[in-house]
Amino acid sequence: MVDITPADAVPPAEVAEMELYHPHSWWTKYVFSQDAKVIAIQYSATATAIGMVALVLSWLMRLQLGFPGTFDFITPEAYYQFITMHGMIMVIYLLTALFLGGFGNYLIPLMVGARDMVFPYVNMLSYWIYLLAVLVLVSSFFAPGGPTGAGWTLYPPQAIMTGTPGGQDWGIILMLVSLILFIIGFTMGGLNYVVTVLQGRTRGMTLMRLPLTVWGIFTATVMALLAFPALFVACVMMLLDRALGTSFFMPAIVEMGEQLQHGGGSPILFQHLFWFFGHPEVYIVALPAFGIVSDLISTHARKNIFGYRMMVWAIVGIGALSFVVWAHHMYVSGMHPYFGFFFATTTLIIAVPTAIKVYNWVLTLWRGDIHLTIPMLFALAFIVTFVNGGLTGLFLGNVVVDVPLSDTMFVVAHFHMVMGVAPIIVIFGAIYHWYPKVTGRMLNETLGRFHFWVTFLGAYLIFFPMHYLGLMGVPRRYNELTDMTVMTESAHHLNSFISIMAFIVGFAQIVFLFNLIWSIRHGREAGGNPWRATTLEWQTAETPPGHGNFGKDLPIVYRWAYDYSVPGAKEDFIPQNVPGSFGPSREPA
Amino acid sequence: MRMALSDWQPLPIPPLLWLNTGVLVLSSIAMQCASLAARKGQVDMVRLGLASAGLTALAFLVGQLMAWRELSADGYFLASNPANSFFYLLTGMHGLHILGGLVGLGRTTVGAWNGARPQRLRLSVELCAMYWHFLLFVWLAIFALLAGWASTLIDICRGLLT
Ligand code: HEM
Ligand SMILES: [Cu+2]
Repeated sequence: MVDITPADAVPPAEVAEMELYHPHSWWTKYVFSQDAKVIAIQYSATATAIGMVALVLSWLMRLQLGFPGTFDFITPEAYYQFITMHGMIMVIYLLTALFLGGFGNYLIPLMVGARDMVFPYVNMLSYWIYLLAVLVLVSSFFAPGGPTGAGWTLYPPQAIMTGTPGGQDWGIILMLVSLILFIIGFTMGGLNYVVTVLQGRTRGMTLMRLPLTVWGIFTATVMALLAFPALFVACVMMLLDRALGTSFFMPAIVEMGEQLQHGGGSPILFQHLFWFFGHPEVYIVALPAFGIVSDLISTHARKNIFGYRMMVWAIVGIGALSFVVWAHHMYVSGMHPYFGFFFATTTLIIAVPTAIKVYNWVLTLWRGDIHLTIPMLFALAFIVTFVNGGLTGLFLGNVVVDVPLSDTMFVVAHFHMVMGVAPIIVIFGAIYHWYPKVTGRMLNETLGRFHFWVTFLGAYLIFFPMHYLGLMGVPRRYNELTDMTVMTESAHHLNSFISIMAFIVGFAQIVFLFNLIWSIRHGREAGGNPWRATTLEWQTAETPPGHGNFGKDLPIVYRWAYDYSVPGAKEDFIPQNVPGSFGPSREPA
Repeated sequence: MRMALSDWQPLPIPPLLWLNTGVLVLSSIAMQCASLAARKGQVDMVRLGLASAGLTALAFLVGQLMAWRELSADGYFLASNPANSFFYLLTGMHGLHILGGLVGLGRTTVGAWNGARPQRLRLSVELCAMYWHFLLFVWLAIFALLAGWASTLIDICRGLLT
């Protein structure tokens, strides 16, 4: 190892050693743990479990769509309930919780070189409130009247009226309470992630040396802290409307010939609040994925990320822009033409930083030493899928194109590609990548490749044909399509085909779960740094990292996270905590 | 925008709210004194400031509750019409935030009496002060909105949007 020359010495951001809480019993170590790594695993396990529920619900919907009339128990009401719970669980309780609560908790402290989150106790509370939110959500399946069937957008007035499943029963109340709890829990965790990134970094870890994973999660968390309050007030107001008879969102309305008590409220107000949260939400799950994919690509192509600074500013820029596009979800709700023009323009502008990111990923791969490991396969699949979903987004961002396509399967295809499949695929890649650090063992390679190909190709076979169905005019949120003129014979066949593929892809996920559990004991020993990666989490003394992450001394950071294949260096990677200069690094000055 | 519709019947602003506003301003001033004292290390002044800020904030909350009672006694209930609902929602939410702040303030005050480390104490007092000023600012904005002074501003926004 080379001596520290003055040129390498980094201005130390003096970080005081944390007073860690030391667990005394099994309970405080594994259950009511304040260790971010344990909390991360708790978050991930809970999110996966509830995600499986959402997966099964998607099967049930596909059964009905693919083989109409065969399954009597899927009534129209039940179908609406499945749709609603599927959408809400996938977006909020699975993706948001997994990216921020799961990956955020595990990776932020390790990657910035901290012993733990800044407020460990609040972090623990965050998980338990999340769990409570999930339990409340699940309980609505058993409540009288079942869960709400209002659609994941929960638009009033229908969401709280008699005609909607759960509208005048427990369903909608439990859903709103669960969301409120989720947001409270998330805020606790989110403040932690932000403060830890800003205040908890080790010496030498400047903001411009953070791995892009941290940038992605950090920006997404800031966005979530700004966006979730809009959903929060919307939920509180709707809860008051439903439970106490206020009229925030309820206009004067006649239901079954009877004038309701409500009057004077504005349903459009809800839509604005919902989408002020809802659109940023897309990027709350996309930005962590962007960050993680950048690191996967760089590590597994043994090459520095192309245009690091540009990547960081693109993440921040996308985050900021996504707060001024929300009304593109409301083109069909009626608005002033200039208003629509404004939102179409901002929407299309987001394509610029997004395209920059895609170019930079491709340029990182260009002439890289690409290892087709499983994480790399998933990263490549992500780029393809995301570009696909992004392009259809450009269609839907234009008012004139959106109006006829709105509420068709084209929309379903678009958002599944861009915010369903793409982030999920990154999650898979990330799990294959970091599992060795979490457990000390590799996931099984054969099962992994099987999982990848079935998931990737299968997802395309599910969602690609939906674009055609949508263009033909097949509507979304319909449980019975049989008698529609748009449903030609071949469209019916396509629908059955999609459903069969959905089952095959779902089966592959069960194989994946099996792999996760089986490899804990039987996987190949991984060692501390199986991917020969540069970031700090791979440089810990123990694997899995112990309480306090880094043993006696915190690492000191001397370089950025992307010193791969530096000409002249002995190895093709130089960890961030190795001092000295080996050759022309591409770290931006 | 909805304020222009006939469903929207603004409710009278109880004069009590003026008094409450004054009390909240006092609370913020007391907090500021505590924060200045903490910077100079005068523990006695810090204690005095914290205690009076806490008491005035409590008084504000009681005043708000009395305003609510006055209104409902006059028949302006939560669900009567959207103007009322917004009134109760906004004041209620603001009150909850004050309540949450009181918990933090309570812990700081206990610390100030039990001899917390000066640096720690200073940090918590300054954080509390910041939160207090923020809540005062929010309250002034809410008050302006509810009393209808912000309608010119709202008119401008409406002009922009429609
Ligand atoms: C195996 C994978 C999946 C399948 C087969 C699937 C299938 C479906 C189906 C059939 C619908 C209802 C379409 C309709 O009738 O309108 C739907 C809706 C939806 N899905 Fe998925 N989905 C999957 C994964 C995901 C993921 C990962 C997400 C995460 C973002 C997601 C988010 C949604 C949302 C937000 C809705 C809209 C719900 C609503 O209309 O209220 N799905 N999905
Ligand atoms: Cu959007």
